[in-house]
Amino acid sequence: MSDPLIIGGRSLTSRLFIGTGKYSRNTLIPEVVEASGSQVITVALRRVDPGSNDNIISHIPSSMTLLPNTSGARTAEEAVRIARLANASGMGNWVKIEVINDQKYLLPDNAETIRATEILASEGFVVLPYMSPDLSAALRMKEAGAAAVMPLGSPIGTNRGLRTRELLRILIAEVDLPVIVDAGIGRPSEAAEAMELGAAAVLLNTAIATAHNPLLMASAFRDAVAAGRKAYLAGLGPVEETASASSPLTGFLG
Amino acid sequence: MGFYETVQRLGQQTDTERWRQYTKEDVKRTLRKEHLDERDLQILLSPAAADCLEEMARCARRLTRSHFGHVMQLFTPMYLADFCINHCTYCSFSSIYDFPRKKLSPEEVRQEAKAIAATGIRHILILTGESRKESPVSYVKECVNILREFFSSVSIEVNPLSEDEYKELKAAGVDGLTLYQEVYHEETYRKLHIKGPKKIYRNRLDAPERGCQAGFRTVNIGALLGMNDWRQEAFFTAMHARYLQDKYPECEIGVSAPRFRPFLGEYNPEHIVTDRALVQIILAYRLFLPRAGITLSTREPSALRDRLIHLGVTKMSAGVSTEVGGHTLQGGTPQFEISDGRSVQEISGMLRANSLQPVFKDWDILETV
Repeated sequence: MSDPLIIGGRSLTSRLFIGTGKYSRNTLIPEVVEASGSQVITVALRRVDPGSNDNIISHIPSSMTLLPNTSGARTAEEAVRIARLANASGMGNWVKIEVINDQKYLLPDNAETIRATEILASEGFVVLPYMSPDLSAALRMKEAGAAAVMPLGSPIGTNRGLRTRELLRILIAEVDLPVIVDAGIGRPSEAAEAMELGAAAVLLNTAIATAHNPLLMASAFRDAVAAGRKAYLAGLGPVEETASASSPLTGFLG
Repeated sequence: MGFYETVQRLGQQTDTERWRQYTKEDVKRTLRKEHLDERDLQILLSPAAADCLEEMARCARRLTRSHFGHVMQLFTPMYLADFCINHCTYCSFSSIYDFPRKKLSPEEVRQEAKAIAATGIRHILILTGESRKESPVSYVKECVNILREFFSSVSIEVNPLSEDEYKELKAAGVDGLTLYQEVYHEETYRKLHIKGPKKIYRNRLDAPERGCQAGFRTVNIGALLGMNDWRQEAFFTAMHARYLQDKYPECEIGVSAPRFRPFLGEYNPEHIVTDRALVQIILAYRLFLPRAGITLSTREPSALRDRLIHLGVTKMSAGVSTEVGGHTLQGGTPQFEISDGRSVQEISGMLRANSLQPVFKDWDILETV
């Protein structure tokens, strides 16, 4: 069954996006790429060091689509500068905008993110903004030229799952863009849940990078995302509060 | 209102003798809580918690790995100048000591930078004594201009400055401020700082806040442990960090737990901080401030540092000299004696052997992009 995800003119067969942070060694990255089957990988520009012999980029297989992120940006202007730096250093024109003004919970600043989206989309970037799941903000990001929106399931690194489930459901229903659930997913079952809800993809890092066996966990997420997507396409049966009788009460009406 | 008002308010409650009332059950309850408050912090620093270090360590490690991953940020301090007009009883750079003072020339800064950068280090922390004549803001700026060629992050540890001066340095490319209060207990502070502008307790206490207002990306604070009751000092440090986090959520607040080290003079700390106490302090910081960076310096011996890396620490110095020009010149006077003289390569190897990735670069100077 062909079910590609199209973003920025690129056709992706995997709906699992992964990260590069928090690993005990960079040499795990290509192994995780392989085990996860992922095609898109995000990398914080702040960590990229072309002068180093252990540069993170050198560990990423060339077949991957790089999604540089603006981690560390506190304003739209900083995010824009980081995105331009990433582009100038040959990391392509995709960017995950991450503007965070709150170092306690690491929650994104939607207003600044919208501004950065507008500027970078007009410069030809394929913009994927990381956001708090808010419908009006998501619609403004779409208007500003975002290629997808990336609402959080829970705060970054918490592994708490889809605490924002109701808001994600609304975004998926109302925003005519791929909705990629980013951050907070701690278990494969939660990734499957996001996909069943109709998310276009999920992005996760901590759950794989801090697992006891990152490769096995990467492959578990690969299966969970695929299963969740299949379930979504198959159309889940309705959930009922009460049991439904196999002999209906109005059956006598014929 | 600044943190001084909080210090005054808390001053009346920090009779740490009263913390003996807390029990192991209190500690266990605190460890189950999601958000810790002032009382929880007291509990974690109390004598009862000293018997629960293993449980605290497990929680601290889980939090650290989940928020920061299996990584350790490395940096190197670089001493630019040791001229100082202050007399502080515990420091070799004190104005009363007669030794040949030194400040690096631009060319020497370049050579020193080159030597440090060759070890792979990309984050540098620059230090000076306090002397508006020998190492004014304009001198620091001149050095920063050179250092930007070699490093992706430049932080300062210099005497307290005004908000405008911090802004000036930020515009020059400085992204982080480290400033230790040394002692939060005001009366003890006065006794230890005998001469010079550093005597003014409040000017130092408010400086990290001025750094936040100036827009530094990271602000790192701490108390020099050993000069006063460590429970009290750790309590004030963590409360100060929480105060700054609450008021300046955009700024990354970090804490350090430096223990007093031997230096040129005779001062001996009145309060011994044992290894167990140091561990308790670091664990309390991590649990109370789950997302704060925690820095561990080479004041601690290598064998102990190798253990502390699993308990909440996120940043370590490596390849350290506390002398002006210590990486390229001869004959300087160290500010204090370090205990871990390992090279960057050796520290990196130790981290890797412990399944931690040494991180050299975690920022880009954006000022001119």
